[in-house]
Amino acid sequence: MPRNSGQREGSPFTGLAPVFMKEFSDHLSSARMMVLMLFVIVFGAFPVASSLQELRNITEADAYLFLRIFTSAPESLPISFVFALNFIIPIMAIGLGFDSVNSEFNHRTLSRVLSQPIYRDALLLGKFLGALATLAVALTALWLIVFGAGLLLLGIPPRGVEVARAASFLLVTIAYGGVWLAVAMLFSVIFRSTATSALCALGLWLFFFFLWPMIASAITTGFAPSQFRTADEVLAVEQVGSVLARLSPGTLFGEAVIGLLNPETKAFGYFANMLLSQSRGLIPGAPLPFDQSLLLIWPQITGLIAGMIVVFAAAYIVFQREEVRA
Amino acid sequence: MSDNVIEARGLLKLYGATRAVDAIDLDICRGEIFGLLGPNGAGKTTTILMILGLTEISGGAVNVLGFNPVRQPLEVKRRVGYLPDSVGFYDHLTARQNLRYTARLLAIPRKDAEKRIADALESVQLADVGDHRVATFSRGMRQRLGIAEIVMKKAEVAILDEPTSGLDPHATHELLEMIRGLKKVGVAVLLSSHLLDRVQSVCDRVALFNNGKIALMGTVVELANKVLGAGHPILVEAQGSDIAGTLRGIEGVQQVVDAGEGAWRVIADRDVRAAVALRVVSSGGSLTRLADLQPSLEEVYTRYFQEARHAA
Repeated sequence: MPRNSGQREGSPFTGLAPVFMKEFSDHLSSARMMVLMLFVIVFGAFPVASSLQELRNITEADAYLFLRIFTSAPESLPISFVFALNFIIPIMAIGLGFDSVNSEFNHRTLSRVLSQPIYRDALLLGKFLGALATLAVALTALWLIVFGAGLLLLGIPPRGVEVARAASFLLVTIAYGGVWLAVAMLFSVIFRSTATSALCALGLWLFFFFLWPMIASAITTGFAPSQFRTADEVLAVEQVGSVLARLSPGTLFGEAVIGLLNPETKAFGYFANMLLSQSRGLIPGAPLPFDQSLLLIWPQITGLIAGMIVVFAAAYIVFQREEVRA
Repeated sequence: MSDNVIEARGLLKLYGATRAVDAIDLDICRGEIFGLLGPNGAGKTTTILMILGLTEISGGAVNVLGFNPVRQPLEVKRRVGYLPDSVGFYDHLTARQNLRYTARLLAIPRKDAEKRIADALESVQLADVGDHRVATFSRGMRQRLGIAEIVMKKAEVAILDEPTSGLDPHATHELLEMIRGLKKVGVAVLLSSHLLDRVQSVCDRVALFNNGKIALMGTVVELANKVLGAGHPILVEAQGSDIAGTLRGIEGVQQVVDAGEGAWRVIADRDVRAAVALRVVSSGGSLTRLADLQPSLEEVYTRYFQEARHAA
């Protein structure tokens, strides 16, 4: 018999479907999901309701009026729907993923499940996809509610391009949720205690949401020369700031969403926008066609998906090395 | 090829520099109940996990039903049922739903699965609570549900890790009956335990683990002969003058130990009960008890580890 040599046999995806179905149905029927949905609806409904109130009073012609439901921040409550999503999606994803592996461990179901003919790959991937599908269902429901409310209250149907932009926005939202889900699962694999894993995931989220923008701008200021001589220098410093800020998935999501829902966006950053319009003679307020907008935010989308895969891979590696025994 | 379901040769597990399992050889035959005994941390669970392919093997080789758990873990896990130490089920699901999930993981066709689940629950006397949530189950019921899972799986080998730990005597008795039931349908059972007298009653052969090594292996009687010495121990309770002297005078008696309160332990090279009865009575003593002492695994275990400690 060869000693520990050779490939293992059988597909790593054996048993993926049952794990996925179980996770999906567990999530959908869980009390936690109810709480999360309530949370999402409350946080999502306020900005949408108040922005709809304001949009109804707008009289000037706006080709992308429908998309403004998502992005406009009403004066009464300076939070747009998109901003609210940037805030609540991580919480939802962490809420779904923080105990996915360690709770199996703590309830001593892990070794029993792994003694069935499946690989750990299938278990982890099934759990991830199950939670992601749950998240997708919740976000799609929310998206449809907002869309329906817009139809009813604005009284104008969206144009095809607006629907396409809004649908792409939904996909980006799900990808953003996937990043935080992968983060939550990584911690659930690393820590045996569910409380520790939830704290770490939430801590990381707080760090990226509140601290990182400040740290990024502090670092950028450190890079800036005492006096700017050329416009290129200004632009270079701003780019350093953008690159740093984009390490946070929230920034990537924010930029991708703005690019999609604000067709006027042509570049990210104040100076970059100004220079672009000056050098290429672009009209500042004119919208970009949909495909150009997509091209603009392609790096952000790729970044989100790559981040999701990298974090999931890390969770996978840690999980493979973990001992199943108590 | 012998009829072994599990064959391990030089099986080794290292955690850093410590040898958790130190090059053990193990053969388990079809249809036998084999007990892995030893103190906690002796390497029993690690051995089990290596047999199942749930933890990496540092050296040596295992063969389970002709498959290599390192390279073909799915084939092994399809045929081997495992009941982990204090098994867990999904509390929010019913017993039936829990088994249904396992059935799906095993890719048992749905029609087939319902029948097999019902039969399995019946065989462990959980049929009437099959639709109750597992959260309401006692520890004994969970262990029985674990056995039901193995029955449903139609496993050829059942590996049970501390199946009776933490159970009350009645539940232990029921569980052991179910383990005997597995043997009856031809399943080879490998169980680990430190509850010796219970294990003794079901196991055909046992292996005594100590510090990652198998110290002793064989039937309980073989082990007793090895550790306690060959001989036929009997217990004599009698009243009269110089009973010990009388006993020592009997042919074949090797040793007479005063066990206190008019009792003596006699070790002889054959069954001397008839001679003991005759001599005690004829010497004017009154015989109150004459018992054949079965070698107890507990005694073997205690004596062995005492000696091992003295040797160390």
